[in-house]
Amino acid sequence: MISMVRFLLPLMLMAVPGWVYAAEMRVAVTTSFHNSGLSDVLLPQIKQDLDIDARLIVVGTGQALKLGRAGDVDAILVHSKKAEELFVEEGYGTHRREIMYNDFVIIGPSSDSAKVAAVTSVNAAFSAISASKPIFVSRGDDSGTHRKELALWKLAGLDSNAFEPNWYRAVGSGMGAALNTASGMNAYIMSDRASWLKFKNKGDLKLLFSGDPVLFNQYAYLPVNPAKHPHVHNEMAKALENWLVGKKAQTMIGAYKISDETLFIPNATPN
Amino acid sequence: MIDVWEGILQAFRLVYSLDRDLFEIVLLSLYVTLSAVIVASLIGLPLGAWLAVNRFRFRRATIALLNALMGLPPVVVGLIVYILFSRSGPFGVFGLLFTPTAMIIAQVIIITPLIASIAHQAIRDLWAEYHDLLISLTTSKKQRMKTLIWDARRSLLTASLAGFGRAIGEVGAIMIVGGNIDHVTRVLTTAIALETGKGDFALALGLGFILIGLAIAVNMAIHVLSKTERGGQW
Amino acid sequence: MTTILPLVLENVTVRKRDKTILKDISLNFAPVGFTIVMGPNGSGKTTLLRLMHGLERPRGGSVKWSSSEREARPQQAFVFQTPVMMRRSVIDNIAYPQIAHGVSRATSSSKAADWADNVGLAHVKSIEATNLSGGERQKLAIARALINQPELVFLDEPTTNLDGKSTREIEGILQKAFNGGTRIIMTTHDIGQAKRLATDVVFINRGELCEHSPAEEFFGATQSSAARAYLNGDIVE
Repeated sequence: MISMVRFLLPLMLMAVPGWVYAAEMRVAVTTSFHNSGLSDVLLPQIKQDLDIDARLIVVGTGQALKLGRAGDVDAILVHSKKAEELFVEEGYGTHRREIMYNDFVIIGPSSDSAKVAAVTSVNAAFSAISASKPIFVSRGDDSGTHRKELALWKLAGLDSNAFEPNWYRAVGSGMGAALNTASGMNAYIMSDRASWLKFKNKGDLKLLFSGDPVLFNQYAYLPVNPAKHPHVHNEMAKALENWLVGKKAQTMIGAYKISDETLFIPNATPN
Repeated sequence: MIDVWEGILQAFRLVYSLDRDLFEIVLLSLYVTLSAVIVASLIGLPLGAWLAVNRFRFRRATIALLNALMGLPPVVVGLIVYILFSRSGPFGVFGLLFTPTAMIIAQVIIITPLIASIAHQAIRDLWAEYHDLLISLTTSKKQRMKTLIWDARRSLLTASLAGFGRAIGEVGAIMIVGGNIDHVTRVLTTAIALETGKGDFALALGLGFILIGLAIAVNMAIHVLSKTERGGQW
Repeated sequence: MTTILPLVLENVTVRKRDKTILKDISLNFAPVGFTIVMGPNGSGKTTLLRLMHGLERPRGGSVKWSSSEREARPQQAFVFQTPVMMRRSVIDNIAYPQIAHGVSRATSSSKAADWADNVGLAHVKSIEATNLSGGERQKLAIARALINQPELVFLDEPTTNLDGKSTREIEGILQKAFNGGTRIIMTTHDIGQAKRLATDVVFINRGELCEHSPAEEFFGATQSSAARAYLNGDIVE
């Protein structure tokens, strides 16, 4: 019966576009957040507490910011601080609110020809990779993860633009597709922890390096500015923000685990 | 290593458990694709007939263009529809982006040239046969088109089914304009892309087999329905 | 009732791809009659019929109806040598000219059922027309031609390749239509058939008119040498 309603709903939508979304809002979120499965836990609770159907558009940070600029979503949840600050500066977002962070990990073949498992800093890890030139898969899609990876090469004093494509492979796709490529080529790759833990096609890959604070990855929530796009559901976006930084949500985020591992550390400043 | 067998098992498991989410995804796939096929047929079939019975200056060029458009890259169509229906685009005020309607619009653009092109060929052949009779009976152009569309109905059904085949397996365009939103715009193909991204090949493959089964079931159902009408030799 | 007849052809010439098919033909078709057009293969019989029906345009000369051409067309029907079997049932094929002229579905269906009966297709009226035999196809085409009760019907070799029984049945249908007042102009190769049906005969050879005379005269005292040779069973070039 419910499915029938869902089947008929689009029909009604065709007749009267626009009005059905009264209690719905759209949030562009990054692949890494969605892959973690945390949204599956949070969304039902949001529905229960706020009576809001938050519809997630799962894309890379680059596309999420683009959707926000165009006014096609009501808020975005991404992780690329510089781009986010620019987004607010240009007036597309009202403000930037930090919610939580997770961390990136370096994955590679279990044989670990670059000896990444033995080093103690991410700088050393990236240097080791660039020295022995095993196949390394880069997202190459302007996502938050991709931007982070580029920043880390730079931090290690390396110019990723000069890497030869025979070992440095920019695949231009999402985290999952990139992990599949890495698995197929038995290559090194940088991934967020959640995507890695949830990934089911690990093959010969394993987690080789993690824990350097440089790898921490801050997620921020940015409501789209109603001054730029009057049609956005700013009230709902605000309500969702207040809920996300509230005690209940922060506790839920901190308690979320995959394979007994905590994925996200909540760090929002309360209201 | 995941093998195909695991995918088949997964498909059976999904169907057997009557998973509600799966049911919803399958229904939305059918709703979007069948709507697109109906709309594209309403445009494409008369267009094919019109091109067959009318002689005008740019007829050849129009037909060549139509044939070329059969190969429209879905991703490009998706991108164009996205730009048009984005809030910053010319049709943004309708608020159709990330709705099934936007997905239907994208699919209509993708399959209308295909349906019109196949329809044109079928109707052109029938028109060559009917020409003298219909001229002799002093029929109007509208009557000729109506007659040809009705009498070529079985070939035209094939044209529509070709459109269905292209639309049901399409992922590039509807991913962009639909957004693959759970419970709203997630269909079989975008779900398959999602599960592939998660590395869950068994589930992706299972959904893939359900998609193939669905395509076969729809084709067979339409075949049976059209056969019961009358037992002709053609 | 206004009539479209007589039909007058004046010095008509038809050319196709630089080849002269009909040359300088003048003919006069009276309002009543069963005209048989005869002549060897390739003489231009079919083109002559198509010309009169308006399916071919003359290069020179004129085709004149006693009404305007616009009024004349709906009062004619044409049975092609290989009739078109529309992809629908026998009865829907017969009813088609009625539907095309705006008659209601109910009226046209019952009329088509009567015509299926008249031409002996009642037992197959619900099957697809494409499943009919050669003789049945001709009967369907004749019923489809007669259903709108045209003043004039053209038939292009309606009994070629048919067996004796079908030929007899079709001749019976045509004779009945003629007796009912329908003007008929028909081509045939069958001399016996021409003798049985014709009130007058047009004989053409290599695109030129040899003679147009009443049937008794044509078969009794043929004027032209080509027609004489043809009736003798000689090869006419």
